[in-house]
Amino acid sequence: MTGRVAISSEAEPDRFLPRAGLIRGWLDLYLTMFRIAILNNIHYRVANYFYMIGMVAEPVIYLVVWSTIARQHGGQVGGFTAGQFAAYYIVWTLVRQMNIIFTPYGWEERIRQGGLSAMLLQPLFPIHRDIADLAGWKLVTIVLWLPIAAVLTLLFSPELSVRPIDVAVFAIAIWGAYLVRTMLYWMLGMVSFWTTRVGPIFQLVFAAELLLSGRLVPLSLMPEWAQRLADLLPFKWTFGFPIEALVGHLTEGALLRGLAMQLVWIVIGTIGVRIVWHFAIRHYSAVNG
Amino acid sequence: MSSPRTPGSQPAIHVAGLRKTFHVPVREAGLKAAFKSLVRRETREIRAVDDIGFEIGAGEIVGFLGPNGAGKTTTLKMLSGLLYPTSGEALVLGHVPSRREGAFLRRMTMVMGNRNQLQWDLPALDSFELIRAIYRLQPVDFRRTRDEFIEMLDLGELVNKPVRNLSLGERMKVEIVGALLHRPQVLFLDEPTLGLDVTMQKRIRTFIADYNRRYDATVLLTSHYMADVQALCRRVIVIHHGRILHDGELAELGVRFDATKTIGVTLKEGVADLSAYGDVISSDEGRVTLRVSRAAAPEVATRLLRDLQVADLTIEDPPIEDVIERVFASGHGEPGEEDAAANAAPSAVIEQR
Repeated sequence: MTGRVAISSEAEPDRFLPRAGLIRGWLDLYLTMFRIAILNNIHYRVANYFYMIGMVAEPVIYLVVWSTIARQHGGQVGGFTAGQFAAYYIVWTLVRQMNIIFTPYGWEERIRQGGLSAMLLQPLFPIHRDIADLAGWKLVTIVLWLPIAAVLTLLFSPELSVRPIDVAVFAIAIWGAYLVRTMLYWMLGMVSFWTTRVGPIFQLVFAAELLLSGRLVPLSLMPEWAQRLADLLPFKWTFGFPIEALVGHLTEGALLRGLAMQLVWIVIGTIGVRIVWHFAIRHYSAVNG
Repeated sequence: MSSPRTPGSQPAIHVAGLRKTFHVPVREAGLKAAFKSLVRRETREIRAVDDIGFEIGAGEIVGFLGPNGAGKTTTLKMLSGLLYPTSGEALVLGHVPSRREGAFLRRMTMVMGNRNQLQWDLPALDSFELIRAIYRLQPVDFRRTRDEFIEMLDLGELVNKPVRNLSLGERMKVEIVGALLHRPQVLFLDEPTLGLDVTMQKRIRTFIADYNRRYDATVLLTSHYMADVQALCRRVIVIHHGRILHDGELAELGVRFDATKTIGVTLKEGVADLSAYGDVISSDEGRVTLRVSRAAAPEVATRLLRDLQVADLTIEDPPIEDVIERVFASGHGEPGEEDAAANAAPSAVIEQR
């Protein structure tokens, strides 16, 4: 036995940025992660474009079905005209793009293949990597979305009249939706620490989200009990609220209440993620990595 | 190898009574067993690491040897904070690894042969920037360290090529640079030269030795290549079936576990049957290699010189690979002892859950 080391809680502080620059450090980290994600995704721009085109199929089906029903019912259904449906589902395509998160299925692979190990060895809680990676990807795909939105606008003639406050709240709400959904599905994905093959559990949650988020149909067309239930769950704040912020002519109070609800779910989600992580990580077997 | 503690200081790595047990589901083949498992799930308990203890001082390079499944990687993963120990104590630079505190993660690194922390489609330089931001490294210091490592490993323009275009050896070199950019004080290296050609292995060995000297870093290294261990480690810890068989100088291993010497004899005229002097291991182009007991070696050599016309005679320890192979094959804690492997074998306890 030779050397002994002094106990120190800091690792040669002079080589690391001072804690005083904590905010600057986080900003630098996120900007660097965005940059890396953008570089990675520009590399796969063709694949991304085909992905985007494929993703449009779902809202176009909803749009065609609801527009047809509206026409058959004298021009509108539940207060929605064909043009308003068009506006709803065209904005839907952007919101959907914005709230794509690291899939719970990815957790299965991450844990089974040991891909989490490399992340765990670095002094950064892995959720930041996921948030930044997909946020960078969104910055690339928003550019790709613009021509798709233009084509849909030409085809379906949406009725859209917005106020500056609608645009401002929408711009915040799509990122809020992204964070709410990230927290929610991170918690769900971490079930994979206890058991593999968690697909059926995920499917159950996805089904609830489809019905109670405004993804399948605007929530105002749902029965009143379903709308009340949706108010209590996080799904509405990831889909229906951002879309309606732009196309739903919500009052200023409703817009701010919506943002507040997103904040509440982000806080609940962050606490939930921390608690689940605390117990889940003990079950990590770090196989293959 | 342990030494008494002094207030305010401690060994870089301290391990005592460390255990890791995995519960693995077991099911027999067939439909009947499949239905049975629906109501009564059986698991097998695998003790991957079973009550091990050692201390490693700052600046030491220690080889961690054992056959596949011996518990080496599980131990490294516990020491790097990837795995929670089932029981026991582990301290690395005064930190409990499983807590994964930022201050701990900034002071250590783990390099695994199959680890990929680099962005596959981007040049390594971009990944290095990301590492700088994650570890919150001072930009000036980061650039100095990065350029120094690039030079030490002769990476040159390779860092400007997308990682996917690099060969396995080149990729391993940039992986190692990425893993050390924050200049960790403790390095856990799990098969860092796996699959590399001899030249590349040597380059990486030299780099590890230089890093150790320059930064007084502590290194715990596993490798199936004895050349790595011989070049870098004075001390080795041998683990088998989750238990430590040997902790000491590499040179002691042969003395402790292989009580033999090899005697190489070249006769002046022709080849003779030398089986009366010892076990003939090989006979090739007039040179005969004998294995004899360590104690008898001087006497056998004297007899050979006396009885025969000897052109050349050498007495050597057996190659370290052979010693290690014999240790693993026997599973003995001590030569001549009752087979320790019987006690150390992973237990297979059937539980119902």
